Amino acid sequence: MEALIDLWQILLVVGLLILAFFTGGFAERRHYKSIIRREDALGDIVVVVAKTLPPIEPAPATLLVRGNVVISVDYFKRFLARLRMIFGGRIHTYESLLDRARREAILRMQEQARELGASMIFNMRFETSSISKGRRNAVGTVEVLAYGTAVVPPG
Amino acid sequence: MITSTLESVPGRTIREHLGIVQGSTVRAKHIGRDFMAGLKNIVGGELRGYTELLGEARDEAFERMIEQATAKGANAVINVRFSTSSVTQGASEILAYGSAVIVE
Repeated sequence: MEALIDLWQILLVVGLLILAFFTGGFAERRHYKSIIRREDALGDIVVVVAKTLPPIEPAPATLLVRGNVVISVDYFKRFLARLRMIFGGRIHTYESLLDRARREAILRMQEQARELGASMIFNMRFETSSISKGRRNAVGTVEVLAYGTAVVPPG
Repeated sequence: MITSTLESVPGRTIREHLGIVQGSTVRAKHIGRDFMAGLKNIVGGELRGYTELLGEARDEAFERMIEQATAKGANAVINVRFSTSSVTQGASEILAYGSAVIVE
């Protein structure tokens, strides 16, 4: 009887891994496609980390804009990451997670700036925090916030 | 009220510095959202519930900062920064702070 329960548990984990492998891979590919498409569309809103504005006459209006996203890795990638934590080294699956989150946050900030009619975003900052910590403090969900000052040319 | 992450307001001069203003809020996630998050932890992807939750929390922290600035008689908050920290498992504190100034 116990052996049967063990077998059932192993099957459940394997089933979840297979499910996550397909859904997670699909979600990531779709997300990257959408990111690349929107980056092309919003590329004219230049995002700058510099603090001082170039002298623009007449003085433009400045407004705070921000974008945030909470994103999670799938079960399969978390499993790979946990394996990697035994040997150490690069965890590619988390690298792509953070890359997607940062680019998505910038895009949402740019979308807000576009609605305000801004041409540039100055002094952009990132803020990253982990939302949930799973077993052994393994981070699976991150929030990335991007904020900056939108520069709206007068008129 | 002018708010900006820059150190000055373009085209205006700072007449007076009124000191730091801040607003914060501590938010916990609720069970319904947590259930969806659990599901998303398996299949991967964006947790829209949390994105909205943190967005609303940041709006509130920002509003509180503005209220404080208004009470001080400021007409602009410059050098605004956001900060996030997890207080306990399942709750996070959102902080917005900046320098209240009077600009002409």
